[in-house]
Formats: sequence, C-alpha cells, structure tokens
Amino acid sequence: MKKDYSKLWTLFRSMFVLSACTFGGGFVIVSLMKKKYVEELAWLEEDEMLDVTAITQSAPGPLPVNASVIIGYRIAGIVGSLTAILGTILPPMVIISIISLFYDQFRTNPYIATALQVMRAGVAAVIFDVVINLAVNVIKTKRILYIAMMVIAFVATYLLDASAMIIIFACLGIGIADLIVTLRKGKVS
Amino acid sequence: MLLIKLFFAFIQVGLFSVGGGYAAIPLIQEQIVNIHGLMTMEEFSDLITVAEMTPGPISINSATFVGMRIAGIPGVLICTVGCIIPSFIICLILAHFYYKYRTVSGVQVVLGSLRPAVVALIASAGASILMLGLFQAELPDIVLRDIRIVELVIFAAALVILRKFKVSAITIIFGSGVVGTLIYTLMGAVA
Repeated sequence: MKKDYSKLWTLFRSMFVLSACTFGGGFVIVSLMKKKYVEELAWLEEDEMLDVTAITQSAPGPLPVNASVIIGYRIAGIVGSLTAILGTILPPMVIISIISLFYDQFRTNPYIATALQVMRAGVAAVIFDVVINLAVNVIKTKRILYIAMMVIAFVATYLLDASAMIIIFACLGIGIADLIVTLRKGKVS
Repeated sequence: MLLIKLFFAFIQVGLFSVGGGYAAIPLIQEQIVNIHGLMTMEEFSDLITVAEMTPGPISINSATFVGMRIAGIPGVLICTVGCIIPSFIICLILAHFYYKYRTVSGVQVVLGSLRPAVVALIASAGASILMLGLFQAELPDIVLRDIRIVELVIFAAALVILRKFKVSAITIIFGSGVVGTLIYTLMGAVA
C-alpha cells in the first residue's frame, strides 16, 4: 500500500462536501462515499469499500468518522486519516454551532422544513442507485449462499428491525464456516 | 474542570456507541443528562430534533451542541475531539490489519460473506428513508393513501437521472430539495 500525499487536498475537500451534504445517518454517507471514491475517483475497489463498511459498522463510534479514518489511512496513512477526519467533522461542527445560536428560528421555518422533507426523496434515489450496482455484483457472483444472505439480511434489518451489528456478526459466523468448508475441500492453502 | 468532565463524558460516548446513529442517543442522554446534569431533558430533545434536521453523525452533532451551550467554542472542540478519539484509535488499528491481511485467500473468503450483508444494510437504510420521504412514516404506520406525489415524482426522476447520466450525488440531493420546495411553494402548500 503506497501513500500518496498529493491526494490529501482532494481527500479533505471530498470528505468535507460529503459530510456537509449528508442528511440521515451512516449508510447514506457510505453510499455517497462509494459513488465518490469507487466510481468517480477510482481510489478504492468496490469490494474494498464494502469491507470498509463492514469494519466501520463493527467498530464503536460514528460510522462516517470510522469510514473516513480507514479511507484516509488507505490513501495516505495516519496523515490521511487525520485529514479525512477533519473534513468529516468540520461541517457538522460549524453547522451545529451556528444553529445552536439560532435554534428557534431554524426549527420553525416552514421552507427549511419542506426542503428537508423533499430532500429525503433525493437521498433515497442516490442510495437506490448505489444499491442497484452493488446488488447486481452480488448476483453476478452466482453464489446462491451470497444471494440468499443478502435477501435474508435485508428482510431481517428492514422488516424485522434486527440491528446492523447482529447482521454483521451472523454473516461473519457464516463466513468463518464457509472458510472451514473451503479449507476441508483443499481449495485454500 | 468542567471541560475535563465534558472531555471524559464524550470519550465514553464515542467508545460505547457501537452500531452508530440512534444507538448513541440513550448513551449521550445517560452521560449528559443523567450522570453529569449538563443539560435538561428538554434541551436534550431539542438536540435530537436539530441532529435529525442537519447533516453529520448524531454523536458529533450532540458533542458540538452540548459543547457550544455549555462552554462555547472551546467546549465544541473538547467535546468533539473526545467523541472521536476512540473511533480514531480503534479504526486505525483495524485498518492496519485489514490492509495487511486482506489479500490472504482465507481472509477473502470470510470478507466475501460480509459483503452481501453490507449491501442489505445499505438497502434497508435506503428503504427507510424512501418511506419517510413518501409517507412521512416508518414501516408499520404506513398508509398507502397518504403517499406524497411530489416526492414520488422527484424520487423517480432523480433515480432515472442517476442511472442515465453521470451526475454527482450532491447535485441530486440539493436539486431535489430546491425543486421540491419550489413546487410546494407554487402549490401554496408551505405552511
């Protein structure tokens, strides 16, 4: 893994913009990061982005911060991590600091409320776009196990309200079982 | 003294908020309202409202909000840094091992089984936000009659644009906010 300090400014700027524009929780920003770093900049591979997401989900702390630590580390080591974190936390810090001073006006403004409500439709469209690409790639592996896991995990989280941690650890268990089976067959040395 | 108290309170928030997002709320409440009495319950529910309406992770938002209310800009810095220190150290270690061992084929097999799960988790988050956008409600409380046509059209149009053209996600999100607000304003439905 080589460090590339020339990418630091782009790293900071892109993290800053993503963080400033991400309403509604960790997985939204993961979708945006995937679009930015895998599709637009081609800094990461798609599988890598999914691995990073799984790791961030199993570590404590806010998901966007965790993801920027790992992506930053990948691009430029610890310096990259610090740069990425700064980009991620500055926008909420500035925005909330300002809002905490004008909280009442902000909360009761009908235009802001409308815009925030409608933006959800746009956010949902971005996530669906990313999910379509990702799901197609899982289906392309042609492994019934993976496709079934994806469907079951979706039903469990969305319809049954299972926590993301439980899903990740359950699939980790399946992965380890899968590894043992593969080792027995002698495919992996 | 107060700043040191804040710092350690938020280190605990950062360290124990596993699972992200709303998992952090009861934890922040415990630290800030119950144990240290740094905020009232009313201020705390204001904080949740603000955090929902603005970008950024809820624990960073609350660290900033609490810090600003209690100690101004130095408070903001202390609380936020405290909140991210645990994440930073733990993720750095995980990243190190991930990049060291990820090409090992056994590790590949295990990681392979995590990927479908992550796709499902992202899809589930997308579905929740879509339902909130279209019905202003979460799953069990959805009434099909309440569907909001403007949001439905914006969602469909945005998805088509994303699939057909190379548009950045930010453009789509802000574009839908502007177009939607404009439509509702013209309809005279902003109240």
